Amino acid sequence: MIEELGTTEQGELVINIGPQHPATHGVLHLVVTLNGETIRKVEPHLGYIHRSIEKMCESLSYRQFIYTTSRMDYLSSHINNHACALCVENGIQVEIPERAQVIRVLMDELTRIASHLLWWGAMAMDVGAITPFFYAFREREMINDIMEETCGARLTMNYMVPGGVMMDIHPNFQRRVKELLLQFKHKLPEYHELVTDNVIFQSRTKGVGYLSADDAVSYGTSGPTARGSGVPCDIRKLYPYDVYSKLEFSECLAKEGDTFARYLVRMNELEQSIRIVEQLIDNIPEGDFQAKTKAVLKLPKGEFYQRVETARGEFGVYMISEGAMQPYRIKFRSPGFSNLSALDHMARGAKIGDLVAIMGSLDLVIPDIDR
Amino acid sequence: MWSLSKISGLIDHWLNGKLGSGWASVAEMVIVGLCVIGLFAILGLVLVLMERKVSAWMQIRLGPNRVGPKGLLQSLADTLKLLVKEGLTPDGADKFLFNLAPFVAMIAAMLLMAPIAFAKDFQIWDVNIGVLYITAISSISVIGILMAGWSSNNKYSLLGAMRSGAQIVSYELSAGLSILSIVVLTGSLKVSDIIAAQQNGWWIFKGHVPALIAFVIFIIAATAETNRAPFDLAEAESELTAGFHTEYSGMKFALFFLAEYVNVFIVCAIGATLFLGGWMPFHIGSWEGFNHIMDYIPSSIWFFGKTFFLIFLIMWFRWTFPRLRIDQLLNLEWKYLLPIGMVNIILVTIVAIKGWHF
Repeated sequence: MIEELGTTEQGELVINIGPQHPATHGVLHLVVTLNGETIRKVEPHLGYIHRSIEKMCESLSYRQFIYTTSRMDYLSSHINNHACALCVENGIQVEIPERAQVIRVLMDELTRIASHLLWWGAMAMDVGAITPFFYAFREREMINDIMEETCGARLTMNYMVPGGVMMDIHPNFQRRVKELLLQFKHKLPEYHELVTDNVIFQSRTKGVGYLSADDAVSYGTSGPTARGSGVPCDIRKLYPYDVYSKLEFSECLAKEGDTFARYLVRMNELEQSIRIVEQLIDNIPEGDFQAKTKAVLKLPKGEFYQRVETARGEFGVYMISEGAMQPYRIKFRSPGFSNLSALDHMARGAKIGDLVAIMGSLDLVIPDIDR
Repeated sequence: MWSLSKISGLIDHWLNGKLGSGWASVAEMVIVGLCVIGLFAILGLVLVLMERKVSAWMQIRLGPNRVGPKGLLQSLADTLKLLVKEGLTPDGADKFLFNLAPFVAMIAAMLLMAPIAFAKDFQIWDVNIGVLYITAISSISVIGILMAGWSSNNKYSLLGAMRSGAQIVSYELSAGLSILSIVVLTGSLKVSDIIAAQQNGWWIFKGHVPALIAFVIFIIAATAETNRAPFDLAEAESELTAGFHTEYSGMKFALFFLAEYVNVFIVCAIGATLFLGGWMPFHIGSWEGFNHIMDYIPSSIWFFGKTFFLIFLIMWFRWTFPRLRIDQLLNLEWKYLLPIGMVNIILVTIVAIKGWHF
């Protein structure tokens, strides 16, 4: 139980931000110690949405456990599924058809765009501008429609299975993705005009929540949070999987390490994702969308690890197999958890308004942190 | 051309004949009070609907469109809902102050209606210190907010109220200075005199650049004084949930809500009166024909048109800009707006002394 906190002995105010609060985007609970408006300490309390997914996975087969991972980081469920599928494929040593690999990467990048769009709207809303949220959802809706057509679901797609993808892409897929790209490239400058170039937004984010490159490494941050501090950590570049090694795209880095740098990294990643989708959308090779695999998968005895780059950072799956139909133990390395751990360090000495902006720039998804 | 003074004169005459002068003035006060309450309610409904429609328009949505024709009765339905809702008072709250605060906020907004000229010869009280009265009364509304924040026994409310106190007290200076520049140009504090001085052109056009600067400062300060975004720190929902009115529900919340919108109307009305000529039609120098056509438009339409244009401007700010941080907010006031306002008032004085204005 969390005791009722009022003020500390030094007369500092202790307030609970969350578990229900507009800025935490989920059931995150922050116990914030304040001196007036200045933050002395931020203490995240977790566990409000713990579903013990890792334990559940131990009683599910290698095909089934992938579906639970859609419910972790629900904004990049494709990428989570991708990591698990790759991990199982490592174990059963199966060759994935080229077509399936391309479809997977396409879905990953579309998911990344959708996730970053939602983050962009939420970030703007955190610093007080409500309108961008609706603009972001306009484009995100198009991606959701594409997903619905091909995967049958809009949020928890469960599309990637060991051996490839569950079903072939919808005949409309390529046309609709091209429509999306056309509109999105047209709207992206509008986004920059509305938020990035706004004087108030820049003064709210520049120099706020500084995270040095050393701290970024020592807190274990990854993804845009670490790249905003100038730490190259894009798994797609460092440990390429599927067809990423053949694609042309650049890793987005910024040196400043503040909230605005993290913002810019994500905005640039949107452009890089568009670049990847553009390279692939007309070059989906013919062939099978799924490799032939046994109905009941059994992994050999041993340990398997696979990491991928989700929209929030490095997502890792660590699997121990005892040779049974179910994994013996599964551990997920979620990007949000490590990124959240740096929050206290970044927020100390800042104002309450800054805390919200910093949290926005970390792009926290709470079910990902609390598995 | 159009004047409402005949009607009011008729009522005054009839009441005096029936009741004698003493009771007649009491009866008039009651009538005026009822009119103000009625206007207050109507303004609240109209402005809430307008805000929702404007925000919907800016956010590629439709906005309320189910209740009544084109959703026109939506805010009426909302009011009904708030009326029948239970007005909770939290256990730890200071009950007297907690329940008093919304009324203080509302009464301050109501009192501000007195010196505003809604149309030609249609003004409740043309007091000779009209502008001074406005600046004095508008400071009272902060007491309501501080009271609400303090008595709620909620840390979010307290933080919101403290922010609001710091903000309103500082921005009042800028608003006061820009109002003062018009007083310098007119040479009178009386609202009717200020409007009369703009017969051949509004101050924003006549007063050269200094009047324009004063107008811009006034709009910024007015937005801040009414706690509207980008200065809505007192109720910054992503930081302090709902700020000073976190603990309020039902009609008590509605009173704060109403007071906010009526305050927006009033600051815009003051802005329209001081800088855009109040009910004065738009005149261009010696274009007799044009001026005549403009005179045919009733004065109340001119007044409400200008006021609602300014209200739209303030709504536009809200749905476009992110929120400032508290220290940036105070920096903006004390380091930029106030010094600019002070220099500007000297410029205005020079313009007024030399008679450079038109």
